[in-house]
Amino acid sequence: MTISKLREKLKRREISARELVEEYIQRISEVDPSINAFLKVTSEKALLEADQIDKSVASGNPLPPLAGVPIAIKDNLCTKGVRTTCSSRMLENFVPPYESTVTERLWSAGAVLLGKTNLDEFAMGSSTETSAFGATSNPWNPSKVPGGSSGGSAAAVASGECLAALGSDTGGSIRQPASFCGVVGLKPTYGRVSRWGLVAFASSLDQVGPFANCVADSAELLNVIAGHDPRDSTSLNVPVPDYCAELLKPLKGLRVGLISQCFDQKGLATNVKNSVLKAASQLEVLGAELIDISCPRFNDGIATYYVIAPSEASSNLARYDGVKYGFRSEGAENLAEMMAASRAGGFGSEVKRRILIGTYALSAGYVDAYYKKAQQVRTLIRRDFDNAFTQVDILLTPTAPTTAFQAGAHSNDPLAMYLSDLLTIPANLAGLPAISLPCGFDEGGMPIGLQLISNVLEEKRLLQVAYQYEQAADVMKDRPKGEFIL
Amino acid sequence: MTKITPQDVKKVASLARLDLQDGEIDAYTDQLEKILRYVAHLQEIDTENIPATTRAVEVTNVTRDDIAQLSPLKDKLLELSPHSEGRFFRVPKILSD
Repeated sequence: MTISKLREKLKRREISARELVEEYIQRISEVDPSINAFLKVTSEKALLEADQIDKSVASGNPLPPLAGVPIAIKDNLCTKGVRTTCSSRMLENFVPPYESTVTERLWSAGAVLLGKTNLDEFAMGSSTETSAFGATSNPWNPSKVPGGSSGGSAAAVASGECLAALGSDTGGSIRQPASFCGVVGLKPTYGRVSRWGLVAFASSLDQVGPFANCVADSAELLNVIAGHDPRDSTSLNVPVPDYCAELLKPLKGLRVGLISQCFDQKGLATNVKNSVLKAASQLEVLGAELIDISCPRFNDGIATYYVIAPSEASSNLARYDGVKYGFRSEGAENLAEMMAASRAGGFGSEVKRRILIGTYALSAGYVDAYYKKAQQVRTLIRRDFDNAFTQVDILLTPTAPTTAFQAGAHSNDPLAMYLSDLLTIPANLAGLPAISLPCGFDEGGMPIGLQLISNVLEEKRLLQVAYQYEQAADVMKDRPKGEFIL
Repeated sequence: MTKITPQDVKKVASLARLDLQDGEIDAYTDQLEKILRYVAHLQEIDTENIPATTRAVEVTNVTRDDIAQLSPLKDKLLELSPHSEGRFFRVPKILSD
């Protein structure tokens, strides 16, 4: 089912919004005990909202664009009156008194909240294993990770527990789980979508975006969530085009750049490489021209990111002090002890690790060597992209160097886990929009993701190319059997 | 590249207001050493005269008039506190004896 098909069905009264919500709640109750994508299912609220939509249909009112679409929301986006935990003990009982801008826009467009999804604690991780409330499993094979940090949202869409979802992407947290779970994940241009009500991780990198089963649905969701928000001073005050308008436009004359540094990776799995190169030839068949592009500083993205993101995180997470909200450790003698004990008790090990790295990189004597240096290399990475976009219209890479790995594979080696974000991080550093969509499967039946990156605010082109590829390749038609895949 | 010692981790933890256990300090010393060694290769990149990027997309300051307003959320925000009393957040004593 796609969003446009659902709209038709509702209009023709072939299905009611209530029936639809009931179907999804049923599916969640069947599969989520095995997958653990949801931290909370908001069944009652969802049914009440569905009834409102059915009333509206009955009275013949025009339906808003996402009427009745059952959506899951990553649990680092504030939902008024619905617990928002960031998968952390620190916020275990936090019930936001306000609604984030992106979710507000979804509900105004008629979408229905099905529940809140699991993530790596405070979105720090690449496997959804650092959640304080248990790991999420990959619906294709539950012994594998779903990717992260938005693993709950990706797994929920892949397993048919919801029609679409929202995630956030700081270094690949939408695209990498989309790749691991065989769904479409879009990270918009930095500032295209409001971050107001998104719990901050690394403010110069964070961006909210949609997960969907298909590219057209992603475009429909972006149409609703994109746009200026006076409450987020980094949100861009530029017009929002209709992202669905040019999906059907042919690719003739399109110049596609293959970043050579991505394909020369030591850690790039052969099956991933072959599958992505096959997708590139498919674009050639559709009329695109393939051009080899060099981005010499591309591979320095990881080192740059693992200075900048923890530095910003250590500053952002200073707010959790046990005073105004969140976990407080009891019995401390004085204020400083209470804060240190609350932070030690409320944060898990990955969050503490990143706070320590960031605090070190920002501390006296090291700030120039680490933080300033990383910001300068960030400029070089941006310039590589600027240069690439004088020669091509869009860039193509694998989304992740491998398919989904086994649960627990990197649990004792944080650096190995960080390296799985190698190919997604540069787009965050440069603020560029990027999308991951399925392009094949490995021998074990696990999905492989293709990443497309376009220039700033060119989501329209990104979606057009992704759509044309998706329709021509139709990789889901001959999909292998996945344990919790419909 | 300086070597990371348990004393460095203790110092950073105290700056970050994290009350770490001894076992944690040893593990983090090891991991920080590895991660900082990995990021150290940035030092080899020539960045002479290269400006720093602080934001990926250029933005300018957004200002508003500085007018005091009553927050409609005041009571709800106080309710979220682990300890509040009247209009105040309650904390342990600030100065030690």
